[in-house]
Amino acid sequence: MSATRIKIAKLEEAVVRRVLFVCAGFSIAVTAGIIAVLVGETAAFFAEVSPLEFFGTTTWAPLFDPRHFGVLPLICGTFLISAGAGLVGIPAGLGAAIFLNDYAPSWLRGWVKPILELLAGVPTVVYGYFAVTTITPLLRQVLPQTEVFNAASAAIVVGIMVLPMVASLCDDALRAVPRAIREGGYALGATKFEVTTRVTVPAALSGIVASFILAISRAFGETMAVALAAGSTPKMTLNPLESIQTLTGYIVQVSMGDTPHGTVEYRSIFAVGMLLFVITIGFNILAHYLVRRFRSQYE
Amino acid sequence: MSPGEHTMTANAVSAKKSDAEAVRSAWRPRLELRRLQGRLFFFATLTAILFALGALVFLMSSIWIDGNESLSIEFLMSFPSRFAAKAGIKSALYGSAWIAVLTAAFAVPIGVGAALYLEEFAEDSKLRRVIDINIANLAGVPSIVYGMLGLAVFVRFMALDRSLIAGAMTMSILILPIIIVASREALKAVPRSIRLAAYGLGATNWQTVRAHVLPSAMPGIMTGIILSMSRATGETAPLIMIGALSYIAFTPTSPMDSFTVLPIQVFNWANRPQEEFHALAAGGIVVLLGVLLATNAIAIVIRYRYQRKSSW
Repeated sequence: MSATRIKIAKLEEAVVRRVLFVCAGFSIAVTAGIIAVLVGETAAFFAEVSPLEFFGTTTWAPLFDPRHFGVLPLICGTFLISAGAGLVGIPAGLGAAIFLNDYAPSWLRGWVKPILELLAGVPTVVYGYFAVTTITPLLRQVLPQTEVFNAASAAIVVGIMVLPMVASLCDDALRAVPRAIREGGYALGATKFEVTTRVTVPAALSGIVASFILAISRAFGETMAVALAAGSTPKMTLNPLESIQTLTGYIVQVSMGDTPHGTVEYRSIFAVGMLLFVITIGFNILAHYLVRRFRSQYE
Repeated sequence: MSPGEHTMTANAVSAKKSDAEAVRSAWRPRLELRRLQGRLFFFATLTAILFALGALVFLMSSIWIDGNESLSIEFLMSFPSRFAAKAGIKSALYGSAWIAVLTAAFAVPIGVGAALYLEEFAEDSKLRRVIDINIANLAGVPSIVYGMLGLAVFVRFMALDRSLIAGAMTMSILILPIIIVASREALKAVPRSIRLAAYGLGATNWQTVRAHVLPSAMPGIMTGIILSMSRATGETAPLIMIGALSYIAFTPTSPMDSFTVLPIQVFNWANRPQEEFHALAAGGIVVLLGVLLATNAIAIVIRYRYQRKSSW
């Protein structure tokens, strides 16, 4: 190889290295961008609306006079959806993971796992449609006092939506528990149920709890299903049969209208988005911390 | 047990004996009860998995029942309309195709590049850890927040307006974490011996990566890209944020045109009270799910072939 070709190769190496470095740095720029945009607009929002009103009052009516910017009803609605979704998705997801791990023969497992992935790949707007046209009419047949738009129907579909995620993460956590530990349980005369509930699940607990937190976080930020099925009535209620509004639902409602740039309504979606961002990031950091801190090492 | 423990005094032996008797009298294995417990638990987990599969079947069948009558060539080739009978998804199909291609054009080079840097070039493990944590967190950010970034940066600040290009840029930052994670996994799976062989022949790092590592990792990277594209095709919230419209009666001809996509069209129809628009929404969903299933099937085929061929 001639000297110039070596020189060219070295130059190429240096250039490529820089270009790829910029690509890798881009993800940090995205995070910085998200934070800058949210903080900037939120600061402008709080110049007009006092944080005391935002966090301390219970009427959310930003689009008509007299305006009120008490965000608690939106938070209440969001928690209602997350709790309902957790109630549906978490036990079913964990149960499905235990079934796949402890009971299913491997051929069944090979079939069911991709099908669950399919369930996870269905777009959220489809779940929204399903909630409005199928779940809500069913609920209204059973409980006639159910409103046309209601939290329960949205919560059920969001629960179905997070189920595959819980199942897949719990399955990974359970599979990571070494076989020897289970065999130890059997050798002591434990039944399968006892090995599962007192050996395998406790050993995998950090991963399992982390999957629950991620599911709640996902339900918290879920948008389209909620926007379609839960209604747009910000309300402090714990009754899932009523129409409510979530943080994400409000953001969608405003961005579908023609809200001029720079108005307080426009800024309010960023304040609400900031809240959403902070809460979901908090959940995610907690989940990653749990996995790292409490992971049992078996080697 | 150490050998010394066998030599017990008479007292200790009799104490052991009474212990053993106590254990024997307390020995209630209650096997029947415990087996029953186990069976109940089995049925509980079986119910959970049947619930998941049943939900999928119920979802798919109810959408098929609502939507199959909407499906026709006219449905695919008509623009949306106030009249349900004349409405179709032509502009949404074109919009979705444009968004998919433009999003891939932005996200694939940056995503694969980032993965290459992190796996093949980065020496500084601290930077790598920061980016690792950052990507893990980005993957958990709700998609609507990406829409807000797109709205503020691409639509307003860069004045791209509600164009295809603004939408595609927003989508590409949304799927970037997926592409990076999948590509890194694929690169990690390439054995070190391949790199060492190339270095041994005098190749630079980049020559090694370009000629050997990247081709070996390609099937895995492609799978990740396809799955991320199917995610981008199904996403709705970020595009609603940047103001993609639902009523578009033309097909976009340049990246600066305004647009609609299939999920937004579905959302708009599902949001109306009239039943006949719900049928249109279901028809749109059938088309959307058909496209996504086909894409995912391609990814699965690539993964399967790759698993069979490579034997390291």
